Amino acid sequence: MAEVLRGTGPGTARKAPSLARLSRRAGVLLGTLALTFLGLLFVTFVIGRVIPIDPVLAIVGDRALPEVYERVKLELGLDKPLTTQFVRYVAETATGNFGKSVLTGNPVLDDIRQFFPATLELATLATLLGVALGVPAGVLAAVHKGRWPDHVIRVVSLIGYSVPVFWLGLVGLLVFYARLDWVAGPGRIDIVYEYSIEQSTGLMLVDTALSGNWDAFRDAFAHIILPASILGYYSLAYIARMTRSFMLEQLAQEYVTTARVKGLGEGRVVWRHALGNVMVPLITVVALSYAYLLEGAVLTETVFAWPGLGLYITNSLFNADMTAVLGGTVVVGVCFIGLNLLSDLLYAVFDPRTR
Amino acid sequence: MKALARLLAATAVAAIAFTGAPRADTPADTLVVAKQIDDIITLDPAEVFEFSGGEVIAQVYDRIMMYEPEDTEKLVGGVAESWTVSDDGKTITFKIRAGQTFHSGRPVTAHDVAFSLQRVIKLDLTPAFILTQFGWTKDNVETMVKAIDDSTFSVTTENQLATSFVLNCLSAGVASVVDREEVMAHEVNGDLGHEWLKSNSAGSGAYKLVVWKANDTVVLEANPNDRHGAPKIARVIFRHIAEPAAQALQLEKGDIDMARNLGPDQIASLSGNADIGVTTYPKADVYYLGLNQKVEPLSKPQVRQAIRWLVDYQGMADSFLKGSYKVHQAFWPSGFYAAYTETPFHLDVEKAKALLAEAGYADGFDLKFDCVNTWPQTDICQNIQSTFGQAGIRVEIVPGDSKQVITKYRARNHEMVSLYWSPDYMDPHSNADTFARNPDNSDEAQSKPLAWRNSWEIPELTKLADDAVLERDADKRAAMYIEMQKKVQEDSPFVIMFQSTEQVAARTNVKGFVSGPTFDTVFYRTAWKE
Repeated sequence: MAEVLRGTGPGTARKAPSLARLSRRAGVLLGTLALTFLGLLFVTFVIGRVIPIDPVLAIVGDRALPEVYERVKLELGLDKPLTTQFVRYVAETATGNFGKSVLTGNPVLDDIRQFFPATLELATLATLLGVALGVPAGVLAAVHKGRWPDHVIRVVSLIGYSVPVFWLGLVGLLVFYARLDWVAGPGRIDIVYEYSIEQSTGLMLVDTALSGNWDAFRDAFAHIILPASILGYYSLAYIARMTRSFMLEQLAQEYVTTARVKGLGEGRVVWRHALGNVMVPLITVVALSYAYLLEGAVLTETVFAWPGLGLYITNSLFNADMTAVLGGTVVVGVCFIGLNLLSDLLYAVFDPRTR
Repeated sequence: MKALARLLAATAVAAIAFTGAPRADTPADTLVVAKQIDDIITLDPAEVFEFSGGEVIAQVYDRIMMYEPEDTEKLVGGVAESWTVSDDGKTITFKIRAGQTFHSGRPVTAHDVAFSLQRVIKLDLTPAFILTQFGWTKDNVETMVKAIDDSTFSVTTENQLATSFVLNCLSAGVASVVDREEVMAHEVNGDLGHEWLKSNSAGSGAYKLVVWKANDTVVLEANPNDRHGAPKIARVIFRHIAEPAAQALQLEKGDIDMARNLGPDQIASLSGNADIGVTTYPKADVYYLGLNQKVEPLSKPQVRQAIRWLVDYQGMADSFLKGSYKVHQAFWPSGFYAAYTETPFHLDVEKAKALLAEAGYADGFDLKFDCVNTWPQTDICQNIQSTFGQAGIRVEIVPGDSKQVITKYRARNHEMVSLYWSPDYMDPHSNADTFARNPDNSDEAQSKPLAWRNSWEIPELTKLADDAVLERDADKRAAMYIEMQKKVQEDSPFVIMFQSTEQVAARTNVKGFVSGPTFDTVFYRTAWKE
């Protein structure tokens, strides 16, 4: 998507865009978006229909009378051919009607409004941690290539890459929650605060801060910091590895040698010149890792009893609740596309050639 | 580098600032329960058919007949105080208790009771079958269930059924009494308030529903006017914590008061903790193997016999199932009316080999085994694979999600399957109806009891099950169910292995909680904190 959406090389950007060209670009963009969505819906729909789970069973249970079973089957439209079912679904989605989740009984949009903020909050904090630590670590490793800082950082990120998150989460809980008492346990906030805080945004840190209840804020922070750190560790591992390899490539370039020859300080050469030039690919890496976390880290959400989108979609999939799965998928799709657009805008900030 | 140093310093300061975040124990009047509650899809008593939902509505609604915490196996009147049976045995007339009120403050009347039962039939959702067994339909239910005056109502069955059977059915979730005015005030498009009642409550039970957030929380608040007296615990909060290990950690820390889904590993790890007590409660679920009679080796009687001698019942119960299951080999759980507790089978590989040789399978055969991919099924299936292997039966385990396994089972596409069954109401007919009754074994059959799913054609046993529902002499009736259980135990496609027990771990300051044999008989209203 990033390639398609970028659409503008350095060459095209030099001329002032005319109105016709702008509208053509918008048209292409919209067309691409629509196609992407259709593809997304199609793939998810097919998955939902090939899994060997009877969706009627998920609703009526194993012991319903045959009449009840048949009636629900008709209500779900499952007696119609697959193509009809798909067309009907797309048509309803297009009008903004995502339907009702059979599992929770709520409109899918309401469910998503409830579950998505939890995921958003967790993923954002994790990505912030990942970037704040991963980028400097990657630069450090590149600068000290082959020496001990490089080895340490590479081993740390290798562990981050290969240890199952489920295990890491449980060990983290055991050490930092149960033994050391540094952080709070699973869940988003202690129950003493849960019903005294007005949840206007659904983001627990924001809501507690807005309420001015700083004990509640500290409690919410104590709850989120461990899962966010564990997810952050994963994105750190990825970002550090990518930063290292981008930086190694840049540090071998002639302009770096030139800068050094000109007598620029090493700090300026590395952090300003070389890092400045890896910003564009780095943004893509960060955006991808953020989007990946927004899909919902199912295992982390399970271990930490975090009522997020990943858990919602997975639980719905296991119950063949396809309205919920498709609704969730659309949200994830919107996140991906939104982040791609955002990276495109950021390219322009960091790379003058794309302006 | 300076930037990095600054960043690290800032992170360290932040970490120190938040270290030892304010910790709050659970409030003294609140019980926080960790439980896997992602199975809840509705809280309308006319629709609830899931374990967690059933437990919630049992707190919120009073039923016509009930089991009380003093004796969770003795059926007594709930909303009904007394009843008389007509001479023809078809009509039972109930008197309701005086002075009961709904959460709304309205009095509970016989009109509410009649409305509640009629509503179940009119909505015709999954658990309606418990009441349609009485011959009730949308067309006749208003004449079959009638309020005679404010405190009297009658129910009439089409056939002359055993009174104990009818009363037991009236203790199921579908016999919950809902506040007619409250429910009808929220009716939309003639749905009898169904949409609203899915996530709200209108009952007269010990607790009222405050909130249900799917996959997250259920909060109940005490009803000070409960007919048993105001519950001591003012608020019960169920939190969905899927991972048993996380439940155990939170219990140790005192962030929750009770953990409901611990496995033997977690129970063992908590055993040294003086602040936590573990209580074992017998449950009514039975765990069995189903052998599809459409599959050639399994349809031979000697093979079915051999398989009975190839399960290491006691070995499993004493090792990885310790505390979770006990050996039980009849379809109706022990501890109840008409239970049959003989356990004649044990692991005997030589005997099984001889039987297999007699059936012409001296070299064994290949067998596909559908297993649900969660504990304890995974361990049970592997154990069975190993003992079957000793007699030459080469078992290939086909793991799947539970709904996937059941989908395949209902289509009769399995060879051997391992699943559990829990009664829908505490009358032996609930299990006889599925293990020992198969009125139509054709592929087009409408009803799909377990006997049908394993393609077991049993006209005689079906007749016996039908007769037992009609038998009004309790002793004779019990003898009929015991006969059915013996027959199923001796030779059937079912190898019944275990009956489950639940282990509940709680902080030792939590007292008085009662967990009966089914989710209908879990009581929070009796609990308190020291």
